Amino acid sequence: MVVSRRGLLAAAGSAPVLMRASEALAQGIAPRRGGTLQTILTPEPPVLQLGVNNQGPTGIAGSKIFQGLLEYSPTLEPLPALAKSWNISPDGKEYVFHLQQNVKFHDGQPMTADDVVFSISKFHMEVSPRARAILALIETIEARDPHTVRIVLKQAFQPFLLIFHSTATCIVPKHLFDGQDYRTAPAVQRPIGTGAFKFAEWQRGNFIRLERFEEYWKPGQPYLDAIIYRIIPDSQSRRLALETGQVLLTQSSDIEPFDVPQLRQRPNLNVETKGWEYQGPLSWIELNHRVKPLDDARVRRAMSMAIDRNFIVNRLWFGVGKPATNPLASTTRFFDPAVKIAAFNVQAANALLDQAGFPRNAQGVRFTLKHMALPYGEIWTRLSEYLRQAMRNIGIAFELESTDAGSWARRVGNWEYETTINFVYQFGDPTMGVERTYVSSNIQRVTFTNTGGYSNPRVDALFQEGRTAAAVADRQRAFTEVQKVLVEEVPQIWLTELSFPTIHDKKLHNVITSGVGVHAPFDDVFIAG
Amino acid sequence: MADFWRRFRRNRGAVVGLVILLLVCAVAAFASVIFPGSPWDMATAPFTPPGEDGMLLGSDSLGRDVAAGIAHGARISLMVGAVSTLASLCIGVSLGALAGYLGGWVDDAVMRFTEFFQTIPSFVFAILLVAIFTPTITSVVFAIAVVSWPPVARMVRAEFLSLRSREFVQAAEVLGKSRLAIVVTDILPNALSPIVVLSSLMVASAILLESALSFLGLGDPNLMTWGFLIGSGRSVIRLAWWMSVFPGLAIFLTVLALNLVGEGLSDALNPRLARKRGGAA
Repeated sequence: MVVSRRGLLAAAGSAPVLMRASEALAQGIAPRRGGTLQTILTPEPPVLQLGVNNQGPTGIAGSKIFQGLLEYSPTLEPLPALAKSWNISPDGKEYVFHLQQNVKFHDGQPMTADDVVFSISKFHMEVSPRARAILALIETIEARDPHTVRIVLKQAFQPFLLIFHSTATCIVPKHLFDGQDYRTAPAVQRPIGTGAFKFAEWQRGNFIRLERFEEYWKPGQPYLDAIIYRIIPDSQSRRLALETGQVLLTQSSDIEPFDVPQLRQRPNLNVETKGWEYQGPLSWIELNHRVKPLDDARVRRAMSMAIDRNFIVNRLWFGVGKPATNPLASTTRFFDPAVKIAAFNVQAANALLDQAGFPRNAQGVRFTLKHMALPYGEIWTRLSEYLRQAMRNIGIAFELESTDAGSWARRVGNWEYETTINFVYQFGDPTMGVERTYVSSNIQRVTFTNTGGYSNPRVDALFQEGRTAAAVADRQRAFTEVQKVLVEEVPQIWLTELSFPTIHDKKLHNVITSGVGVHAPFDDVFIAG
Repeated sequence: MADFWRRFRRNRGAVVGLVILLLVCAVAAFASVIFPGSPWDMATAPFTPPGEDGMLLGSDSLGRDVAAGIAHGARISLMVGAVSTLASLCIGVSLGALAGYLGGWVDDAVMRFTEFFQTIPSFVFAILLVAIFTPTITSVVFAIAVVSWPPVARMVRAEFLSLRSREFVQAAEVLGKSRLAIVVTDILPNALSPIVVLSSLMVASAILLESALSFLGLGDPNLMTWGFLIGSGRSVIRLAWWMSVFPGLAIFLTVLALNLVGEGLSDALNPRLARKRGGAA
């Protein structure tokens, strides 16, 4: 009896269907208005103004206050948000967005096309480096009427629609920012958006409280009265808060992977790993190609073959996430499942290193590399400890270094490392989040660029082709080719497609309904039963 | 020597402590024989409870043998304890001897300098030092030595103050012995017994300090230590109690043993005091 019910739930969960409120109704769960959602935010963000700060926690809480023009399905198809509908010209250069009617900011002012134009052409161009790289393609942007925005691109850019999520380009009120320094304007401290929840209170180190916005443009929504993000720095206290029902929802890295199997056992909790398709985070060993012998592709290939990625996923992450198969996350567009990195094979890896001319010395060591652990929590230290053992099997001595988060970012940004761990969001398209790590034009002293210093004219050309080609088929050809080249060259040693568990009480409905998961507006989330 | 041993033996606790300490030393010495290979190797499934699958004390979150970790960790802990104590003795004894023997403004200067170090909470200072110099075994030993020498300096100074006015020192001075020779050959040997007792306790506190640093993630990431074992077990304590309990026991027993031995040494080296205490009991 119990088994069949669980099976049924699993089946419902795995169906790639967007469970909207109406469907929930059809299943017999009536959306109920009222109730406060208590949840957790880790670590505490510095501000909630999206754009000014784009870190993970800001995105989670900020996406309730702010909205973008679009939301995304699990397959990254654009869905309406502040844009009701949109047309693209046949040459792929002209985009016309038709905005929702009656949208108001939290201060009561109406949201119009002017705000959209300001947000895209001024605000995010100024404050957000990632958005700027894409928005720089815009030739003209204009408000045709209060509810229509027309954008003309300099060249066709097929993934353009992926930049309109609230975590990338949220719509901000022009009247509160225009003519001021966007980073220090008063509105940054008291964020005003169009989202279903308005900012109410922030006790630093304690909680952030968001309240229902009564004039939200979707009639009858949101269902919740308030959302409270509690700041709980200790991972075991977070787990306890979830177990005791003090919070109904945890997300991102709130819960340590080793706690997940036990939480799966609890009958009142739902563990979901979907909802990170838009971010598509991929982890890898970041290699500095300026350090010998990491400039040798055979060495990199051997290192990649020495790693048991199934062990990492199953033993370290307890089945959350999956082994990386290639430089693209499998949720990223143009991912080619046929292109795969060499399988786990210690013998072949050793043979390759022998061949490359790195014999073992008396201690069985071929060469020594420094390895800086990623200071993002215990699991990353464990990962580095595993990698040290895996490398020892092929005669490479990894010498671990520990740092804090600030030094890590500084040292990676300044190329002052030999190897480290990194994970980078891919944002659904190779041009948006993959290209930056491999093209030689992006070798910069900035974190999350091509800090490794990999340079291959063929890869540069292929990414350029993929970026500019207007037709999907042409892009696919270029990206398949680039995946093939990269899998041979292994510029970075890809480890896993990360996924973060979203764990919530079964009373809470509609938590993960799209490809942005907990970064959705939460206007249809409700507590029932 | 036989006399010393007889007096030491009278303190039962001290003998028990010595036995435990010798056991710990033996485990450390034979760690690579009992547990060949690296303690970082994954030996079995993660979170294997004690006694199962050949894991005497269970396995940790990566399937590493906790018993092997404790055995190999004993080396590091004892080594850190010994080396940092030696280093702080070097600083403490030289400064204390200088202050106590020369007196006057030198004494004032050295003691103010010592007090400066004593006013900073030692653990916080150690964390600061390790954080600045990046966590390696050298920086950990250095930090522990730097924070633990002031009590040595104070005690040595006090001993020297009382000894320097004794007749045998005056006799040596009259004989024309150099100051250095007097300090090293006449006064120091007579001040040795409290130093020996103090250093046995310092080894214990150095082990605790190193464990505390490793627990906070400020240990050398390439070395298996007891503090690291407890630190990595802390967040999974509800899942795998053995990961923190056994290394904790190892620290507890070693530190207890060192304290017992220290007390026994103190009794054996100060027979009069010991007899008095024995009479009272």
